[in-house]
Order: sequence, then C-alpha cells, then structure tokens
Amino acid sequence: MSENKGILLYAEVTRDKYIHTVFFELAAKAFELSKKLENCEISALLITPPADMGLYKDGFKNSGIDKVYVFQDEKFKNYDTEIYSKIAVDLVNEIKPEIMLVGATAQGRDLAPRISSSLHTGLTADCTDLDINEKGRLAATRPTFGGQLMATILCKNFPQMATVRPKVFKPLAENVVRNTEIIYKTASDTITGMTSKVELIDFVKTIQNEINELDSAEIIIAGGRGIATEEGFNLLRQLAEKLGGTVAASRAVVDSGIASKDIQIGQTGKTVRPKLYIACGISGAIQHIVGMKDSEKIIAINVDENAPIFSVADLGIVADAYKILPEIINLCNS
Amino acid sequence: MKIVLCIKQVPDTSDIKWTEHNTIQREGVESIINPYDVYAVETALRIKKSCADVELTALSMGPLQAEDMLKKVVALGVDNGALITDKKFAGADTYATGKTLAAAIKTVVPDFDMIICGQFAIDGDTAQTGPSIANHLNLPQITFVKDIVECRDDSITVTRQADDGIETVKAKLPVLLCVLQGFEEPSRARINGIRRAQKTEIKKYSLADIGLNPEDVGLKGSPTYVSKAFRPVIEHKCEKIFACADTAELVHTKIKEYLAGADERK
Repeated sequence: MSENKGILLYAEVTRDKYIHTVFFELAAKAFELSKKLENCEISALLITPPADMGLYKDGFKNSGIDKVYVFQDEKFKNYDTEIYSKIAVDLVNEIKPEIMLVGATAQGRDLAPRISSSLHTGLTADCTDLDINEKGRLAATRPTFGGQLMATILCKNFPQMATVRPKVFKPLAENVVRNTEIIYKTASDTITGMTSKVELIDFVKTIQNEINELDSAEIIIAGGRGIATEEGFNLLRQLAEKLGGTVAASRAVVDSGIASKDIQIGQTGKTVRPKLYIACGISGAIQHIVGMKDSEKIIAINVDENAPIFSVADLGIVADAYKILPEIINLCNS
Repeated sequence: MKIVLCIKQVPDTSDIKWTEHNTIQREGVESIINPYDVYAVETALRIKKSCADVELTALSMGPLQAEDMLKKVVALGVDNGALITDKKFAGADTYATGKTLAAAIKTVVPDFDMIICGQFAIDGDTAQTGPSIANHLNLPQITFVKDIVECRDDSITVTRQADDGIETVKAKLPVLLCVLQGFEEPSRARINGIRRAQKTEIKKYSLADIGLNPEDVGLKGSPTYVSKAFRPVIEHKCEKIFACADTAELVHTKIKEYLAGADERK
C-alpha cells in the first residue's frame, strides 16, 4: 500500500488578485473524490507576495479545504515557471499527496507538466471527468483526437496528476464548513536563491473581465461556418445585445479570422455552461460540442437538417440563420 | 545560433474513421504535420531570415514514414532533419516522450541555443511535451508564444498569450518556446528547396544512439496508460422544426420560456 494520502490542489491567483474560479471547481470535485478514499485530506498550495495574503485568506472558508500551504515572498509577484514548479515539487515530496489537481488555465498548463515531469509521474490534461476506480486509483477521462474519442487514463506513480479546464466542473452548491488550517511555509534556500530566467517586460490587458466574459455569460449566441461573415456576426451581436448575451464562435470562424481566439468554444477553446446557448450556422463537430453540451438549454439553427448540432439541441430550427436572425431580432424589439 | 524544432506527424483528425469495434481506424488515414508545428517551423524560418548564422535542425520521434515530413520541412528552408525512430518508443506518454526527445536533442545538437515546439498536437492535444522536454533539459520555457519581438545572439523577446492579455517576456538563451498558431500564410517550398531536400539525408537515431534504456522509453517508460477508450455519447431530445412563416416567433417564445425556467430554478 502506498504511503501517499490526500489530494493537493494548486490555488492559482489571477493578476487581478483573485483566487481563480477553477480552484473552487477543483475543490468541489476533490471533495467528491475524497469520500471514496481513506483518510483523505484536501489541501491547497498558494504562492503569493506577503502583501496580498490578506485578500486570499478568507477565500478558502466553506470550500471544503482542510489545509492551505502558503508560500510568501516578495519575488512571487509574477508567476515564474521554474520557481513555482520547484515550490510545488518540494511540497509534494513533503506531504506526499496521492492526487494533485491543477486548473488548465494558461498558467496551469505551463506549470503542471513541469511539476509532473520533475516528480517522474504522469499528468492527464484537460480532463472532463475524474473518478476513483475500484482499486482506489484516479481514473481520469479526457477527449482525444479532436474530441472524437474519449480515453480513461490511469497513472502508475504518485501523485496521480490531472488538469481540468475552467467550467468543466461545478463549484460546491452548498458551503462545506471545515476548520481550514492555514500553514505558512518558509521557502527553502534553494528557492530564495533562484532567479527568474524569463523576465516579464510588459503586459497589455485584452480581456477586461476577471477572466473572460464567456466564463460568466448566462446567454451565449455562437456563430459557425454558416454565418462566418462580418454581416453574420453583426446579426449575432445585435441579438446578443437584445438578450443581454455574449457572442462566441466555432473554430472554423476563428481560423478564418472573422472572430478572435478568445471567444472560441470547444476542445481547443473554451468550455461553457450558460443557461441558454444559441448555435447559429454551426454544424456541430464533436470538437465544438464538447465545449457547450452542458449548457442548460440549447437552440440550434442550421440549414442542414442532418447537422450533428441537432443531436444536442433542445430546439432545432432547420433554417438559414441569415434569414431568421433578423426576424428574431425584430421580435425582441417589439 | 543553433535552433532545434520538434515536430510530429499526426493523423488528420478531421478525417477520423471508425472500425466496427469502435476503435480508430489507423490504416489509410492520412498523416499530416501537426498544424501547430507548422508555426514552429515558420517561427524558426523567420528567425533565420532576420539573424546571421542560424542553423535549423528539425527533429521528430516517430515511425520511418515520418521521414517524408522531415524532407518537406527541409524543402522549406530547415537545414537538417533527424528522425528518432525505434519500435521501443511506441506507446510513450508525454513524460516518456519528453525524456526521449531531451536525450535525442542532447545527442543530435548538443550545443543548441533554442528549442521550438508547437503548443499543441491535434491528436493528443495535451500541450505537455514541450514543458516536459524543457524540464528534462533543465531549461526555462516560454509557452503560448504569439510572436517574436526580437532575437539576439544571447536572448529572445517574445509576446505570449496569457488568460487575461498579452505578455511581453524576455529570456536569455538557451530557452524552449512553445508557439501558438500564427496568422501568416505558411511558407511554400520553392524548387531549389525541394532539390536540396532530395539531396539531404535524414539521419536516423535509435534507442541505443541516444543513450537511454528500454525501460526509460515507450509504454514501459510511461507513468500513464489508457485503461479504456470509447466514443463520446451525447443524449438530448431535440424538437426539430423546419422553417416556416412563424418560426422566428416560436424561437422568440422559446428563448423567453427557457430563460424564465432558468430563473425559477435559481
């Protein structure tokens, strides 16, 4: 039997000084997994400059976390791959978790493979499901081959590591009150002696919200190849404005340059779960569907009655989006 | 300056066919260069154009048929190609792949200044191999690279895509870059490039050549393994309506209904 116990979560802090929402989604999943494991404590790793600690301290309450390991130093103002990885590796070697989960954000995707590689363990990227199998091991399921095949992956070594994209799991519906212990750790001399080999010179904010408007959007109007023109996207924007929604796009539209990568839904873009998703001129390649199928309600508009998008829709309209959208926009006016 | 490009041949995922046992049919599926690796090649070619004395070596781990892909990038202007090939490499996960490629780079171009990889491969789509190589070589890495700002003999400045915006970062060489899709039209091979590619020998390296043991590589050297693979099942009950005069009205009503329902559940 392995001596590794417990689940460690990486608590990413954003540039706007929030604990990233994906952390609470991971915490909820960890809480569910912990019930299937023996003596499973859930802990978090937080790396921050000392001045910001006050902002995060209360954030862990009610999230089901038993322990938060905090590493504070002035030099932790900017994320650094090698320094953060070394901190995580040292902590894993000390507390020996059986599972470590990291959000699949730009930072998480940069950091997690460094940690797993240093620890000579496996990392399953962008999981859409995590479970504990009959042998007590982490069964990590992820889409592969552009989402056309799902694979359940097991790891022979510890910790068993996985990354999960934002919005794939839901945060806890109810508060889980735990006596969360905050443990201040001192970074080793090795870490305090490390200097950043990659220097941040400039940053231009391009996404105004905390993360991305799509992450919190309750109504999404998405366009695909069938409406991939400036004129078509103007229609989507008009409808979005009427409904208080946000515009998104399929990969085909992003690749053609009509829409920016920030608003791409799907396997290589964002995963969303709004209250209402209106897919216009999207055929529904599985790559797209994995990113939006968990929306509460889906309306699909497509000229091709055999388009796969209809297989996930609640309401399917076989029509030309160019013709029907102006009519719907008009009705919203009246 | 010596730059190593790590490129991979992948099945064209837009053209997946299924066997009757619900597994992916590999025979007869066209292999293409991973689209993100095309941008790794482009990035390297641009550096070569703007700086003096740049030597590019493309390296790929894969079966013998990957030689064609290496010839193609040589035709585009890459100087050398090396194929890391051995049956024992089969079944490698990103950890074992990173370890193998790191050992291969140390063997083929021991005095490299830069390594450039594509950010993702469209088959596995893990984005982990680049960082894994960097870790095995104890190198700094810059992921999600959008553009090269400046390349000097001892440093490189690039822009990279973060979740909330664009960062400009500078690193001393050696460094590993993982590049995102660019927007420029990829280069096309010219006739003298194709001639040169025909004459260029793609060197082959086996497990023994790169100094690793059988237990370090392939399925044996991989901490992860696939326990099952299946096709995603998506179930939804769709009410399908063919457009007629009052369809827009129906959609409008349904939108209101769906949104009201969602509010009630709150």
